[in-house]
Amino acid sequence: MDTFAQVVLDGLLTGMLYALVAAGLSLIWGVMDIIHFAHGEFLMVAMYLSFWLGFLAGVDPIVSWIASGVFLFLLGALAYRLVISRCIGKSAMPPLLATFGLSLFLKNLCMNRFSPNFRILQDTLLQGKTFMIGGVVVGLPQLATGIFSLVMLGALFYLIKKTRLGWAIQATAMDREAAELMGIHTDRIYLLVFGLGGACVGIAGGLMTSYLAVHPEVGSLFGLIAFLIVALGGFGSIHGALAAALIIGLVEALAGFYIAPVFKYVAVFAIYLVVVMVRPRGLFGW
Amino acid sequence: MPKLHLQSRDILWGALVCALALLPLIPGLIGNSFRAHVIILVLLYASMAQSWNIVSGYAGQTSFGHSVFFGIGAYGAGMAVVTYGLTPWPGFLAGSVMAALVAVLISWPCFRLSGHYFAIATFAIVEIFNRLFMVWDWVGGALGLDYPILPDGWVNFVWSETKVGFFYGALALFVLIFGIVRYIETHRLGYYLRAVREGQETAESLGVNSTAVKLAAMAFSAFLAALCGGFFVQYNYRVDPPMVMSLDVSMRFVLITILGGVGNFWGPLLGAMILIPLQEYSRAYLTILGSGVDLVIFGLIIMLMMIKQPKGIMGFIEAWQARSRERAAAKEGV
Repeated sequence: MDTFAQVVLDGLLTGMLYALVAAGLSLIWGVMDIIHFAHGEFLMVAMYLSFWLGFLAGVDPIVSWIASGVFLFLLGALAYRLVISRCIGKSAMPPLLATFGLSLFLKNLCMNRFSPNFRILQDTLLQGKTFMIGGVVVGLPQLATGIFSLVMLGALFYLIKKTRLGWAIQATAMDREAAELMGIHTDRIYLLVFGLGGACVGIAGGLMTSYLAVHPEVGSLFGLIAFLIVALGGFGSIHGALAAALIIGLVEALAGFYIAPVFKYVAVFAIYLVVVMVRPRGLFGW
Repeated sequence: MPKLHLQSRDILWGALVCALALLPLIPGLIGNSFRAHVIILVLLYASMAQSWNIVSGYAGQTSFGHSVFFGIGAYGAGMAVVTYGLTPWPGFLAGSVMAALVAVLISWPCFRLSGHYFAIATFAIVEIFNRLFMVWDWVGGALGLDYPILPDGWVNFVWSETKVGFFYGALALFVLIFGIVRYIETHRLGYYLRAVREGQETAESLGVNSTAVKLAAMAFSAFLAALCGGFFVQYNYRVDPPMVMSLDVSMRFVLITILGGVGNFWGPLLGAMILIPLQEYSRAYLTILGSGVDLVIFGLIIMLMMIKQPKGIMGFIEAWQARSRERAAAKEGV
């Protein structure tokens, strides 16, 4: 029983982290309807920033997530201004391929500058700290990251649902032209959405360096899983993304433990296929 | 006798193939040089992109899963040679038939999904295949399959002394795939495919069975992509899952076609003629700047192209033709 509880807890904590990574993508996807291929690479950039801040300046990830969140907000806004805003339009392919180009660019730039080696921060405040509840071991960095993710998701949910800015974002997502006619600067909303999407992965990436290694390929898998979560939850739905992320985290942990570690991602991708066969617009899609 | 639709561009096409076939006669051009390697890759990647173009360009179903079919073809040839000690020829056939079957089986449910959901489903399928092949001992697992040393020639489809054999192999593949697509384009299936792309409901109301048409396109496309995979493994003398079945390989199919011009007969060739030399030469000459520089440049070019001309090189050509037509019309004073 303890083993089962342990596996479930690990799965849920992983799921909470996935939720924060996917929330940014869900927002971009829901509002602008583009597949943002460089999302995973944004996560990698955030992790490198947090790593170098910790390694060179001794800043702990508990603090440096602020820096990586701000930096990724700016990077997202810059990417929108320079690339995305110039190729969004009728067809879905140009922005998709442009963000794929951006992901190749970022991944290989980091590969070139920082080498493909795995790097991990030593002696962070939370690293290796665990405590026991009943017979279950809880890792402090994972727990802190998980709770923090939930708080950030709550804040994002509040922003979208309850503030005037959030209403403007929702209006833009529903109908860009109509929103424009109502006096909303939709271009600025897009810029902001891209920045916010970047800030979400920036914060997630900043926190993750307290217990995960960073390398140029780290973003690829997270990015792919974020796609699955967003599509599974239904586009643009933040609570859908949270539910889907928890499901994916659980499936990954259970399949990894009870079937075989190599099958955990096979199970994750298979569960997506099964769900969309039954509900072709995701769990919470309309 | 079936009617032939000969047009001036078919004559152009014949001339191009003849010119390519005579290339090895120029001394020093093919031999065992790096230039030969680049020419072979251009022909191979143009063929791959054209096979993708059938289902994604003409029929409008954007697939990111073509590396699965490419990989099955590669493993067909690889296993015939390495596991069973045969020549690769039965492997080419078995791999291609298997790829077409797999394509029909996985596309049938996936065609119900629309837009992004279809795209994400094809990513998921690539990842599942990649991970299963990594742990499947029968196909060599993560280590992959390494070719033994075999005598040169068409029987084994390997040449170690010179690349002329591989050049003619690639040219044959290129002619076959472009020929099939040209045939489809001018016959009934091609019109059905474009009808489904432009409006599925309209096509169905006119009696086109859109599911059957899309499945046929997928099966053709997968069969031909698998043939390219078979050639690829022969050319590299080895195969492992990341080489042939990964999202990066899938994106090759997509990028070359889109940069050339999607849904256009010449698009894949134009895309391959520009991207492949660029990639190979920058990889060879920019190594002083460290690893990955070629892909940094590649990424930049994709972004620039999508900003400047999302229709690809064919888009530039069409814009130029439209301008020159306008100028001619202005001259006549119309």
